Amino acid sequence: MNEDWVLYEVFIRSRSGLEHKHVGSLHAADARMAIEHARDTYTRRQEGVSIWVVRSSDIVASDPAEAEELFEPARDKVYRHPTFYAIPEDVKNI
Amino acid sequence: MSAASESVRPEPSAEERFEYVLRLADTSLVAGQRLAELLGHGPTLEEDLALGNMSLDLIGQARLLLALAGRIEGHGRDEDALAFLRDAPDFRNVALAEQPNGDFGETLVRQCLLDAWQLESYECLTGSSDRELADIAHKAVKECRYHWRFSSGWLARLGDGTEESHARVSAALESLWRFTDELLTPDALDARMAVCGIGPAPALIRERWETRMAAALAQAKLERPAHQHYPWHGKRGVHTEHLGHLLAEMQFVPRAYPGATW
Repeated sequence: MNEDWVLYEVFIRSRSGLEHKHVGSLHAADARMAIEHARDTYTRRQEGVSIWVVRSSDIVASDPAEAEELFEPARDKVYRHPTFYAIPEDVKNI
Repeated sequence: MSAASESVRPEPSAEERFEYVLRLADTSLVAGQRLAELLGHGPTLEEDLALGNMSLDLIGQARLLLALAGRIEGHGRDEDALAFLRDAPDFRNVALAEQPNGDFGETLVRQCLLDAWQLESYECLTGSSDRELADIAHKAVKECRYHWRFSSGWLARLGDGTEESHARVSAALESLWRFTDELLTPDALDARMAVCGIGPAPALIRERWETRMAAALAQAKLERPAHQHYPWHGKRGVHTEHLGHLLAEMQFVPRAYPGATW
């Protein structure tokens, strides 16, 4: 693989109205090639109706070493889940 | 002859329709087989998949067209019989399609020249008076649009790339250009099918192909080679030496094991 080819992350929307989901990554020389590679690699079995690609280096990620301070504080706050409410029987799709 | 009967379009014979459909079918089949040869050998995993996808598109077109040709012929030959049990002189593909893969640049240049021709041809054929052919063209044109997008993108990358990539695609263009004359020069059958409303007006394909190719070459910073007269006539079964080798590989199993299934 040529070192000029950079890593892209691929997001596919499987149907209209649904969100794009991360499906994997690939190498490409430019954005247009990345879309084409994503099409050829990830939508061969009708998996998608829309593709996003983004350079992996452009993604800002949380640091796994900071996981405690980022995520632990939410652990003992179960009251944030809406499980203490009685849901009226007529209300569907919640 | 009355005015009314003059306005009726002439009908081609079954032989003429068969020959005409075979040209399209065999071009897709042979081009598809060439790309299939690269499976597992693409320069990257992603390109390997891309070439394989295009190969399958082309073989899919060939199946539909060969099945149609078999029905027109009416001698009981199905798509497999036509694909696997004919010899090179019976193939009607344009000779460009059978040219070897060479390096990646040569493969891409061949595909680019051919994709542009298939795209323009199928776009015109969506308006064919032959309903079955028009239906196949509707499906094929979407595939060809992507093939063109892929190959013209690569032409630009390689042509406007490094010194070496530019030199390689320039050489490929120079060596393959002589096969484009056959794509663009209509013979009697092309003219006849145009009169019958089945095929496109011969001058139209040349004009549209030239326009499309001129833009792609300019973007790729490549020189258009000088016109070269074409001494082969794949459309009439006169092929380069490469077709026989391609068919030997493609046809071996069905010929060695007739009727084999899996």
